[in-house]
Amino acid sequence: ARACRSDSRREDFSRTPMMQFMLLFSRQGKLRLQKWYVPLSDKEKKKITRELVQTVLARKPKMCSFLEWRDLKIVYKRYASLYFCCAIEDQDNELITLEIIHRYVELLDKYFGSVCELDIIFNFEKAYFILDEFLLGGEAQETSKKNVLKAIEQADLLQEVCCSLPSSLGGVARCHERQDVSTARSSQTE
Amino acid sequence: MSDVVEKTLTALPSLLSLDSQSGAGKLSSTSKLGGLIRSITELTSKHEEEKLINRELAAIKEQVSSPNTSMRQMKEIMVRAIYCEMLGYEASFSYIHAIKLAQQGSAIEKRVGYLAVSLFLNESHDLLLLLVNTVLKDLQSTNLIEVCMALTVVSQLFPKDMIPAILPLVEEKLTNPKEIIRRKAVLALHKFYLIAPNQVQHIHSKFRKALCDKDPGVMTASLHIYLQLIKENPDSYKDLTGSFVAILRQVVGGKLPVDFNYHNVPAPWLQIQLLRILSLLGKDDQSTSELMYEVLDESLRRAEMNHNITYAILYECVKAIYTIYPKSELLEKAAKCIGNFVVSPKINLKYLGLKALTYVVQQDASLALQHQMTIIECLDHSDSIIKRETLEVLFRITNVKNVAVIVEKMLDFLKLCNDDYTIIDLVGKVAELAEKYSPNNEWFIQTMNVVFSLGGELMHPDIPNNFLRLLAQGFGSEEEEQQQLRVFAVDSYLTLLESDTAHLPQRFLQVISWALGEFSYLKDGLEPCKVTKLLAKLLDERNVTSESRSWILSAMAKLSAGPGAAALALQVSERYSSSLDTVLRQQALELLHLSQDPELHARVLPHGAAWDSFEVDSSLSFLDSFVSEALSQGAAPYKAPHQRQEELRQEKALSLEPYSISLPVSLSSCSITDRQSPTLLSMSSSLSGNSNELKAGSSTLKLEGVKRVWGKEGYLHQQDAVEEAAQVEEAATPALPLSPQQGGAESQQTHGDLTVVEQEKQKLASSLFVGLGSQNSTFLMGKSDSTSQQFRRKTRAADSTSSGVSERSSSSSHSSCSDFLHNNLLEDSQNSLNTQKIGVSNGTHEGPVTQSFQTANGIPEEDGEELGNPLPVIVDSDVASIGTETSKETSPFLDAGMVLVQPCSPQTELRDFVQPGSSGITQTSLRSQFPPELSQLPHSDISLLSSDHSLSLSACRAYRDDALLFVIILSNCSQSSTNGLSVQLDCKQLKVASLRGNALENLPAHSMSVCWYALLMEEPHTQVTVAGSVSYRAVPGHTQTLQFTDKLFLTDFIRPLTLSTEEYGKLWLSFSQDVRQNLKLIQGEGDPLRATLSALKEQLQLHIVDIIGSEGIVACRLLPDSPCLLHCRIHGGSLAVWLRSPLLSLPDCLLYYCQKTLEEC
Repeated sequence: ARACRSDSRREDFSRTPMMQFMLLFSRQGKLRLQKWYVPLSDKEKKKITRELVQTVLARKPKMCSFLEWRDLKIVYKRYASLYFCCAIEDQDNELITLEIIHRYVELLDKYFGSVCELDIIFNFEKAYFILDEFLLGGEAQETSKKNVLKAIEQADLLQEVCCSLPSSLGGVARCHERQDVSTARSSQTE
Repeated sequence: MSDVVEKTLTALPSLLSLDSQSGAGKLSSTSKLGGLIRSITELTSKHEEEKLINRELAAIKEQVSSPNTSMRQMKEIMVRAIYCEMLGYEASFSYIHAIKLAQQGSAIEKRVGYLAVSLFLNESHDLLLLLVNTVLKDLQSTNLIEVCMALTVVSQLFPKDMIPAILPLVEEKLTNPKEIIRRKAVLALHKFYLIAPNQVQHIHSKFRKALCDKDPGVMTASLHIYLQLIKENPDSYKDLTGSFVAILRQVVGGKLPVDFNYHNVPAPWLQIQLLRILSLLGKDDQSTSELMYEVLDESLRRAEMNHNITYAILYECVKAIYTIYPKSELLEKAAKCIGNFVVSPKINLKYLGLKALTYVVQQDASLALQHQMTIIECLDHSDSIIKRETLEVLFRITNVKNVAVIVEKMLDFLKLCNDDYTIIDLVGKVAELAEKYSPNNEWFIQTMNVVFSLGGELMHPDIPNNFLRLLAQGFGSEEEEQQQLRVFAVDSYLTLLESDTAHLPQRFLQVISWALGEFSYLKDGLEPCKVTKLLAKLLDERNVTSESRSWILSAMAKLSAGPGAAALALQVSERYSSSLDTVLRQQALELLHLSQDPELHARVLPHGAAWDSFEVDSSLSFLDSFVSEALSQGAAPYKAPHQRQEELRQEKALSLEPYSISLPVSLSSCSITDRQSPTLLSMSSSLSGNSNELKAGSSTLKLEGVKRVWGKEGYLHQQDAVEEAAQVEEAATPALPLSPQQGGAESQQTHGDLTVVEQEKQKLASSLFVGLGSQNSTFLMGKSDSTSQQFRRKTRAADSTSSGVSERSSSSSHSSCSDFLHNNLLEDSQNSLNTQKIGVSNGTHEGPVTQSFQTANGIPEEDGEELGNPLPVIVDSDVASIGTETSKETSPFLDAGMVLVQPCSPQTELRDFVQPGSSGITQTSLRSQFPPELSQLPHSDISLLSSDHSLSLSACRAYRDDALLFVIILSNCSQSSTNGLSVQLDCKQLKVASLRGNALENLPAHSMSVCWYALLMEEPHTQVTVAGSVSYRAVPGHTQTLQFTDKLFLTDFIRPLTLSTEEYGKLWLSFSQDVRQNLKLIQGEGDPLRATLSALKEQLQLHIVDIIGSEGIVACRLLPDSPCLLHCRIHGGSLAVWLRSPLLSLPDCLLYYCQKTLEEC
């Protein structure tokens, strides 16, 4: 139990990342994506998820996007049928977290080409890859949309190249090939 | 943008037919995962889903263990396993295969493998160790993508112990030509810093390089590290303020590439990060704050667009402005900004506005007045989080006049609340307010009743404890009033017990029974028999726990003296003397005896005895003989639970040490003790196989080494009951502009026609915001609570009036006697309407450590007059553009007991002003001032701390065996003498054991005086900052303060610990905290081990216990008495050090200095 909130606002030496976890779930309460930036046991994770999904779904549309939950602040936003939900600490900036969610949606949208829930259901690993390029270890890694998508594209290209190459080729050769392709591609786009 | 997304997402139902569209990565409905997902959507019940997934998991299990499964198939299987886990089913059998996939797959399969690992495992999972080699390999790969993947996984989770293995590779990546690699490497180091700070301490210079990186992405990433570093130690990074300001200016000015724009706002995330850093740097530091005023102003101005992201920046900006040293012009703009937030129709902004208000109103309550109508509307808002935050604002503007209304609002909220965390928090706040501002006794008791009923078992145990202490010890007010409070309590509890008690929480029942037991005799005409009957009824209730029963029984024991009560007591004790609960049975028997023997009762439980007369021997020294007898008969020594667990864990744990010493086979029988005791290990390797002798040695080892735990030394830190009377501090906070307000009346007039509803609101407003006007402005500053405050929690009073000196000791060892001292001091100064005096009371110190220095440094108390009135008072009247009446001449503030002291001008200028040489003060002349007891001690160089035109402060550290002496030399470099000097030192992390000469009546021109503080470091810190101030009068009646700061290091507090090898061995076993690391070995002529150890000994004041062959054992202690043992062994060209200590972070901190020393050698 925390002693006093006013104290935690004044000084904070906690060694936790800005974001503690991020959850995506549907209007029916089905979990679509979960990313934990603080070490928790599976049991705790399940409990937190269950509680939060319930609490957030019970909120009315015109209500505040922020929630106090345990000693954390929950920032959530609904996009169509999906809820995006992040946990931060009390002294963090709620509005900027809301914009982090929005930037992530923008990234998904750009990558999938007008994203919908089904994209995320069927290609959730891609959604994870995008998230990892955007947020790393709970902190914003790269906020430029172009740079994030470039990194993802490069890794994806590797996949295409790998698939088309005979498996006898070594990693280095693949690497060179991939870089050629990626430079060609990026010069095209520019 | 969001509209577009929203539109496309709302078109979702039409997509449900699974018509796959063209475009990147559309629905892969043909894959196995697709099949799985679709069959799940077709299901109708949870039960069916369970069956399907279990079938799926069984199939997966079979496939992963089949040798024919290719890596490509494995990748597909992993994705399905992740999906099943997301649905909440366990697939732990696949974890090992995820690691295998990351290890063996080609790049694309690896990617999925790493993703699966990062989703499946967490930092403490054992399997993670298997990933280390894969990560090592990939970090060295020539493939950019593979390196990226490795860095990504490292930044998310990595075993703490294995960081040294990959650290050099990650560091090397900081110079990689690709910015994405540099960026990820910086973030990986950030992660390392978070989980193991001492591992990355040596690469701080590289962080600076990352900050100056040409790529804005890398620079942004490095700010994460800096934010954390500066949070922990702002003083070390003040020199970077200029750079941060310059970066922010460029960002705000739009100098970054357009890529970093977000909705036309330049790099908002970067801006916010910088604002946070600046606010930490500028906090309480005028000169640093001055550097950032301009750029903050510009940020405020630029963020004008009406979009969430600009509001986010504005909010951070406002927060920074209110955190740093205040500037009226900026404060005014920030206040306006908060106003916009609060009145915004957007609920998110309104919330942030309220949140901003919570920290602003403490400094400037007029803002709450301006927005009183909004605040009242928010109190009835349909969204409870808005209500909650509003209560938070109200909590901070509470004073004696509005406490009743505010507490009522808080209790109303509590009654509807069902969230445990909120209840705990709010109940604590209500209790705090009730104690602090209660208008009368009746109200206080009633409020606390509600607190106990609502808080129930959830609330912090301090609340009932404090309440009972308050009832018992009183609060310094009239005896009569205190009796009245007790009678009120008794009355109200009797009424409660007479009605239905089933709903009362256990904690409340305990409070009730204790109070009734102690105080029911105070009420005239109340028969003890009646109370006992009620208690007996309570005792029989089914839902009463046995803990509460025990409280009730002891209350009955206290009441059992009366005539009617005895018979009832007999009845009760008969029933409970056969209880299964032994505690209850014991109490029942005690009750029986006490009720039958009035004389005994009068002796054991006298009415109204002093509360603090009990002495408790917390060291249990009376058991010493019992323990030693038991030990001599062969009993096992006591080990604390954590120690036992630690040893169990160690026995089970895998040894991660490489096999380096080949022990003779015959020694294998004592391999377990080998691991635990390095001395034994060294003996064993030199003994070369005499197993009999060794076994004997190990068994004696276990038998002894007891005294530490049971003996007095083991509890030494608890016994250090150093009573310290504190000094009444001169206004502790930096001067803040205060805008006086004309009171609620003015704003009421502006509202012309009022509907009934509005009238009610107005009424509420006047009751809520009463006391916030200028006539009551004292209450705005929590620090200068006036005497009208009713119940002051003891420790709180000490906190607010004493300097940091007593803060550490007040928590545990303040006797009530010194509390009264505080109170009296405070009361005196307030009654006489003086401003707070620099009254220095005499502190007596009786710690065993500091006996030699025990000197009562009583200083004649100054007349408050001289110090009080003529202080430079900053009254900034135009802050909120109201209440311009109060100008610099008026002194209502002074009358009300508030003094604002102008802090000294920037230190940098001062340093230039007086150099030690220029004013003719040399090291030797300073040293000649040392009293004899100091001059014989080893000490550091004397350095100039701070100076102004009349006074110059120098300091040095003298190393006494039992403490670090922080010596401050005051020299008067002006032509006239200064008067009334008083030195204050403040450092929360250190403990002041004694001080000497910190006040001086008179210091003649060109003369010097020395004062010193004996400091102890009870909790290890690598470095701490001490701050302090000297106040003096150069011109009569004109007090000036000179502030200074200095740094002290852990090494200043390290002393050698002289031990024999055997004692070392015993101690080693009893310590639970250990750390291991390989360090650089000094290669010179002669034995490298001896050379290295003696270098460490010289630099760090260690004691070398013994050196046997390639091993050495070293011991030291952290003042006052925390030992740390080092076991050093030469291992493959480096020095393997193993540190153990009873203190959590001491090994870490000491290791850092060992590392540093050896790097510098």
